[in-house]
Amino acid sequence: MWSPEYESMSRRRLEELQLKRLKATLRRVYENVDFYRRKMEKIGVTPEDIRSLEDVRYLPFTTKEDLRENYPFGLFAAKMDEVVRIHASSGTTGKMTVVGYTRNDIKTWAEIMARSISSASGGIRDRIQIAYGYGLFTGGLGVHYGAEMVGATVVPTSGGNTKRQVQVMKDFGITMLACTPSYALYMAEVAAEEGIDLRTLPLKAGIFGAEPWSESMRREIQEKLGVKAYDIYGLSEIIGPGVAIECQEQNGLHISEDHFLVEVIDPEAGKPLPYGQEGELVFTTLTKEAFPVIRYRTKDVSLLYPEACDCGRTMIRMNRILGRTDDMLIIRGVNVFPSQIESVLLANGDTEPHYLLVVDRKGNLDDLEIWVEVSEKLFSSEVRKLEGLGRRIKKEIETTLGIGVRVKLVEPKTIPRSEGKAKRVVDKREVYRV
Amino acid sequence: MKVKQISVFIENKSGRLAGVTRVLGENKINIRALSVADTTDFGILRLIVNDPVKAEEVLKKEHFTVSETEVIAVETPDQPGGLARVLNILEEKGVNIEYMYAFVGKTRENAVVVFRVEEIDRAIQLLNASGIRLLTGGEVYKF
Repeated sequence: MWSPEYESMSRRRLEELQLKRLKATLRRVYENVDFYRRKMEKIGVTPEDIRSLEDVRYLPFTTKEDLRENYPFGLFAAKMDEVVRIHASSGTTGKMTVVGYTRNDIKTWAEIMARSISSASGGIRDRIQIAYGYGLFTGGLGVHYGAEMVGATVVPTSGGNTKRQVQVMKDFGITMLACTPSYALYMAEVAAEEGIDLRTLPLKAGIFGAEPWSESMRREIQEKLGVKAYDIYGLSEIIGPGVAIECQEQNGLHISEDHFLVEVIDPEAGKPLPYGQEGELVFTTLTKEAFPVIRYRTKDVSLLYPEACDCGRTMIRMNRILGRTDDMLIIRGVNVFPSQIESVLLANGDTEPHYLLVVDRKGNLDDLEIWVEVSEKLFSSEVRKLEGLGRRIKKEIETTLGIGVRVKLVEPKTIPRSEGKAKRVVDKREVYRV
Repeated sequence: MKVKQISVFIENKSGRLAGVTRVLGENKINIRALSVADTTDFGILRLIVNDPVKAEEVLKKEHFTVSETEVIAVETPDQPGGLARVLNILEEKGVNIEYMYAFVGKTRENAVVVFRVEEIDRAIQLLNASGIRLLTGGEVYKF
């Protein structure tokens, strides 16, 4: 255990600490962020009114739309001089979701990632290959700082160039791998083509996240890579990877509750649900400085297990993610919202776009094909123009999403309508619950 | 001098072309000429019919993507060199042809060539000035 004084602290002491930190966070946002102050004033609440952890339910939620409306830095609670890092993820439309970190935030993040790596049996003797993308995406740099804090040998390969990844894994004697679960399987496939059996390498553990996966996928990864596969959870709005991590028991992910207060709510009614009931995860950060969030609605569906864990950690466990309350997709680790596609089509003169995202996993790689119904506004009798349109839409969608796609032009009414509303997504991957 | 062509978007899957012709047939619309441009994923069907307004209407009702496209139609003698003369004029003046197709009329003496060009008004002017006879819509629809 990386920080036993926190990870196995008594629930009573933990709750005292959480309350103290919650009050400090509320004061911080009340004093520094107009958005939060106005929202609290509107319902007549001041930070001093919050006297217990249960009182958090009186505070208003924060949503991704709130983040977009305050783009880019409107919700920062620290001066820009104190902000040492910016990360960003996809927004629901053209604008990205932007988050910031102070020096202390980076330290906090490294701390929870160090806990995660330790929880997945990683330590000073390990060589960790980080094949999450480095950049605005939180995956690469998030894991990186934690791995350095642990004292492991960090090999930051970032994403892509899979043959070289496999070469590095073999030649450098990599013992731990961090990447998306689908990329892990893809690496095993490429390795097999190169005549390398990953099971014969020193590789022993993997930390997989940034996209939903299932128990059957875990079995496949463990079998094909010869590793113990750990599920990690996080999102940039809260901090990035490391918000929660599985332990040796592989039975739920321990949330670093000394830094994040978790609730599960009924997404329709917005009311907190008791432990063990499935609902939407809502987080309040307790120590963040640059980008604290109050009751952030993740739209991820899970449930909480309060029972003690055999590993000795007292931090509550969450189930692996069971689904989404919205239509967000995660494709090759990248968040994709159907509304992003819509905005591209609207910009290309399609006044009432009908489109369908067909997602599949081909040879362990996610594949996104976008069907676009050719409306009269888009149609031309000239092949050159119509093909040009297809290419332009493809390019603009790729720029917007940051991943490669295929665009297929289809006839009107090809895409099924249900109750007058078009179905936007067909996901053949079966990523949840299997 | 402009002739109305009906253009229909069709996916490359079986039965689509038959679907278009069936709708036209059921509505007693006669096809005078047709051409299909195809790519790996889709095709564009271009039609000259006896009643383009009605054709557009009935195809739209059946949820086809239809557009009306303005083209020009030239009657040329059905003999060697007939078409070359027309093309030479357009080429000399730098008028780009997007696509073209031809059909032979009922009398079998003359052929009709349909052109889709970038600058339709300029093309009409040039051809008129060179003594090439352009057919009106009315003439083509019942040619």
